[in-house]
Amino acid sequence: MNPSGERGLRRVRVQVDGIVQGVGFRPTVYQLARSLDLAGRVRNDSEGVEIEVAGPEDRVAEFLRRLPREAPPLAKIVRMDVEERPYSPVDGFLIQASERTGSRTTLISPDVSICDDCLRELFDPHDRRFRYPFINCTNCGPRYTIIRDIPYDRDKTTMVSFPMCPACRAEYENPRDRRFHAQPNACWECGPTVWLEDPEGRRLAERDAAVRETIRLLSEGKIAAVKGLGGFHLAVAAGDEEAVARLRRRKIREEKPFAVMFSSLEDIRGVCRVSPEEEALLMSRERPIVLLARRPEPKPGCPPVAPSVAPGNRFLGAFLPYTPLHALLFRDAPYRALVMTSGNQSDEPIVTEDQTARERLRGIADAFLFHNRDIYIRCDDSVVRSARGKPRPIRRARGYVPVPVVLREPGPTVLGVGGELKNTVCLTRGRYAFLSQHVGDLENLETLRAFEHTIDHLKRILEVRPELIVHDLHLDYLSTQWAEARTDLPRLAVQHHHAHIASVAAERGWNGPVLGVALDGTGYGADGTLWGGEFLWVDGARYERLGRFSRLPLPGGEKAIKEPWRMAVAALWSLAGEEAERVHDDILSRWPERQRRVVLRMLQKGFNSPLSSSCGRLFDAVSSLAGLRDRITYEGQAAVELEQALEPDSGAYEARLVKEEDLWVLDTLPLLEETVRDVRRGVRPGLVSARFHNGLARAVVRMVEILREETGLSAVALSGGVFQNVYLSGKVEQELEDRGFEVLVHQEVPPNDACIALGQVHVGREYLKTLT
Amino acid sequence: MKERTITLDHGSGGRATHELVREVFARAFDNAFLGQMNDSAVLQVPAGRIAMSTDSYVVDPVVFPGGNIGSLAVHGTINDLAMSGARPLYLTAGFVLEEGLSLALLEEIVEAMARAARDAQVAVVAGDTKVVPKGKADKIFINTAGVGVVPEGLELGGQYARPGDVVLINGTIGDHGMAILCTREGIAMEGEIQSDSAALHDLVAELLEACPQVRVLRDPTRGGVATTLNEIARQSEVGIRLFEEALPIRDDVAGACELLGLDPLYVANEGKVLAIVPRSVAEKALDVLRGHPLGRDARLIGEVTDRDPGRVVLCTRIGGHRLLDMLRGEQLPRIC
Ligand SMILES: [Fe+3]
Ligand SMILES: [Mg+2]
Ligand SMILES: [Zn+2]
Ligand SMILES: [Zn+2]
Repeated sequence: MNPSGERGLRRVRVQVDGIVQGVGFRPTVYQLARSLDLAGRVRNDSEGVEIEVAGPEDRVAEFLRRLPREAPPLAKIVRMDVEERPYSPVDGFLIQASERTGSRTTLISPDVSICDDCLRELFDPHDRRFRYPFINCTNCGPRYTIIRDIPYDRDKTTMVSFPMCPACRAEYENPRDRRFHAQPNACWECGPTVWLEDPEGRRLAERDAAVRETIRLLSEGKIAAVKGLGGFHLAVAAGDEEAVARLRRRKIREEKPFAVMFSSLEDIRGVCRVSPEEEALLMSRERPIVLLARRPEPKPGCPPVAPSVAPGNRFLGAFLPYTPLHALLFRDAPYRALVMTSGNQSDEPIVTEDQTARERLRGIADAFLFHNRDIYIRCDDSVVRSARGKPRPIRRARGYVPVPVVLREPGPTVLGVGGELKNTVCLTRGRYAFLSQHVGDLENLETLRAFEHTIDHLKRILEVRPELIVHDLHLDYLSTQWAEARTDLPRLAVQHHHAHIASVAAERGWNGPVLGVALDGTGYGADGTLWGGEFLWVDGARYERLGRFSRLPLPGGEKAIKEPWRMAVAALWSLAGEEAERVHDDILSRWPERQRRVVLRMLQKGFNSPLSSSCGRLFDAVSSLAGLRDRITYEGQAAVELEQALEPDSGAYEARLVKEEDLWVLDTLPLLEETVRDVRRGVRPGLVSARFHNGLARAVVRMVEILREETGLSAVALSGGVFQNVYLSGKVEQELEDRGFEVLVHQEVPPNDACIALGQVHVGREYLKTLT
Repeated sequence: MKERTITLDHGSGGRATHELVREVFARAFDNAFLGQMNDSAVLQVPAGRIAMSTDSYVVDPVVFPGGNIGSLAVHGTINDLAMSGARPLYLTAGFVLEEGLSLALLEEIVEAMARAARDAQVAVVAGDTKVVPKGKADKIFINTAGVGVVPEGLELGGQYARPGDVVLINGTIGDHGMAILCTREGIAMEGEIQSDSAALHDLVAELLEACPQVRVLRDPTRGGVATTLNEIARQSEVGIRLFEEALPIRDDVAGACELLGLDPLYVANEGKVLAIVPRSVAEKALDVLRGHPLGRDARLIGEVTDRDPGRVVLCTRIGGHRLLDMLRGEQLPRIC
């Protein structure tokens, strides 16, 4: 019986919140309602989409059932409220004009890879967009990177300078068209175009000829700067060793692996092993770079990958074309794999502006494939791994941002400014936490500017003013300093690993206390030492340190992080003290005498050798002791290579758990002792790696069991850069689950410091709650 | 023979004190004012503005390659006066001695101090000595205070840097700090790193004489070049760009920094002056500096801009822009 009492007839008002604007949601509603012969209307409003439908009860029910399932690909429905209305007959079904008032609570879509329909049209010689590099529709194309402001309309995007031609406008205005209200809609007639320049700024070719000429240059081993969605790529044929090595030299990128874009999934399969979950990630509309295990022997006929692409690496970052321009660059090309690396010099943010590209990439690229659709927001390619069948983000950017993390409950607006490396920022509004795209390492001017720009942009498009700024405890982080300079707002400093654990809790919608295991590099601790192997009790704004790893000195501070051999010496020193030179001479003599003498001396005197309970530094020490990596050329390299070297083995080095005063300590010295013993016996690095991983996982799990007994908590949250290591992570997760723990791990945001900002806002909101 | 050391008696104010003052201090500093042995020195001062400065020296080790705590205490205060353009005239010296300090070492320090003052043509006109029980001080602490006279019309200060100016330095960076550290930590480099400790007032006088347009003079002592330039950038609300390529750094200093994990830009200097001058007089200023024995390695190392006020940015060899911020507390790694 409906409220109006009219038998068998029903009228409802449906409020749909989420990413429902600019994604073809209204035409879908329209078509669904029409197919069920329901009357009513649909319109965008400030909250999302408002629908009214009226008709026979059973068909209204069917409409409500099917709507979430048949929502267009880009829609993300966060909430659907259905409100009964008195029945009154309505005629037809209307798509009404947008409501422009009220607060800006609608969500902006991320950029989306080209859809199958557009791809088909792209290569259809009879289509009016045949080979048009900017073809898109409501189901695909650029969004976040071109939006200057909201509401999301063409005049608020960088498409504003391209008035639509009559044909495009007709599509745009037709509710039944795939391009209905597709803001970036364009064609050869009216839209953006491409051209090719040489490094001197001379035009080499335009429009389609520019694409064809780029293909020719690439096939000759030339390096092309290609303007993309969220920034420039540097492209080079992946099979051409000389060309790839040249790119490394010019970009001053010594060993950090390059990502490779393959023409097809089949080609990726030829080079890497691809699980069903990894295939799903590769093919997803987010189109991230997926870190895949390489086949020891590539399949015959697959595209070659030059050694310099990922030197000595058993993994490869692979991805598929995600813009029409990419698809064109592979069409009829002699190569089937391109190195596509971010267009920047060493550690700077990816270049987004034409003029900057001409200046900064001049010494690197042999040619520039430009286009005139401006990139408003910088967005790197996202990187993800698959861990136990679930995604484990490594870098969260294009395709994922600005989809919010949905929090358990609404709350005040809080800004988290993140950490120092792999910085992201996070702003909340209501139930949503908007974690920004990867900003980068805050050590140079360009990144700092990007950081500030990102905060301003988020504030503008979300139309919020934070009530609180949350930052790290480390006073020297640039993000901390930036926060401190905002004297108009209250601030809260949150300990690094508290934030790590809080971010998992926030992401997983966890409520209440949880045991936190933060296995990390280094973060500033509440006691003024560097933390990074921590067992915490965390409950919202409060936390307590229950346990930690034993400490190792870092001889040379940051230098010890860049030179893992120093951590190896620190380990030997910690094992043998003044006797180290005598007892471990065989290992110490691997390193130049003067250098190791100085380092031993520093350790002896405690000079510039801060103590740290870091787990990441332990990996560094073992990686160097095992003979794998003494100096790194990119962050985390020693630990990455230790994981990659791993050869299956059931052995496990023992760590010791001891209680010191109030704190449990996971003493890693026995484990290091066994590492040294095996190394001395000539055990292969791959086996040392396995035994180290196994032992560490076992000790962590045992510690967590002890803490469960002490606290009665059986929920565990795992975070920190070390959990990018899927072997260790997998082992810890599995063993904890086997012992009946509820295990919370990152799936939406990276476990590395990119998650800090999310953790900060979570703690900040919980803190504000305690004030009232 | 047992070494003679300082005892608590030397600080009692009695005979031992008098003997110490007469035998060690008065003899070394030998001048008319001290000779009078009055409660205070009465001085003739030229007309005009007076600059005053004071600083305490607590360096460990007290003797290092290129000087000792005594010469350092003289150079440091003279330089502080010189940075405001003053011609230093008089110094005072206060000593806190730890019981058990070797008398021979004390004499060595005081003699170096006297020599430094004589070379600088500055008189040490008043002094004081206290002895504290063993463990209450580390060998010897020295405080020096100084007065100087500032020439008419001179207006120097950290707030006067302007976009378009350039940053000059009279020589290599980080020498003093690394000389101290290598000695203290027992780290042997191939050659011995010498402290640059020196009195700069003479060099400064020549510079100001030739280029009265100089806007800022600063000695980059504690915190080094990066910290000092940060202070100036904030005071003047300007941006400062440093050129990595142009920085004069000795190979042994660079090598020691590398080993110890330190950044030479944050390491102390005791014989260096950062001069910020209008670009138009840069060449002339460099010529003057290079003509002086303490400025042979003078360089233009940076420029002042209106971009990024309050920030110091290092333009790296590969074209990057690294932020050189003011560090607080010890240098703890920021890398996660
Ligand atoms: Fe971290
Ligand atoms: Mg001073
Ligand atoms: Zn499409
Ligand atoms: Zn058109």
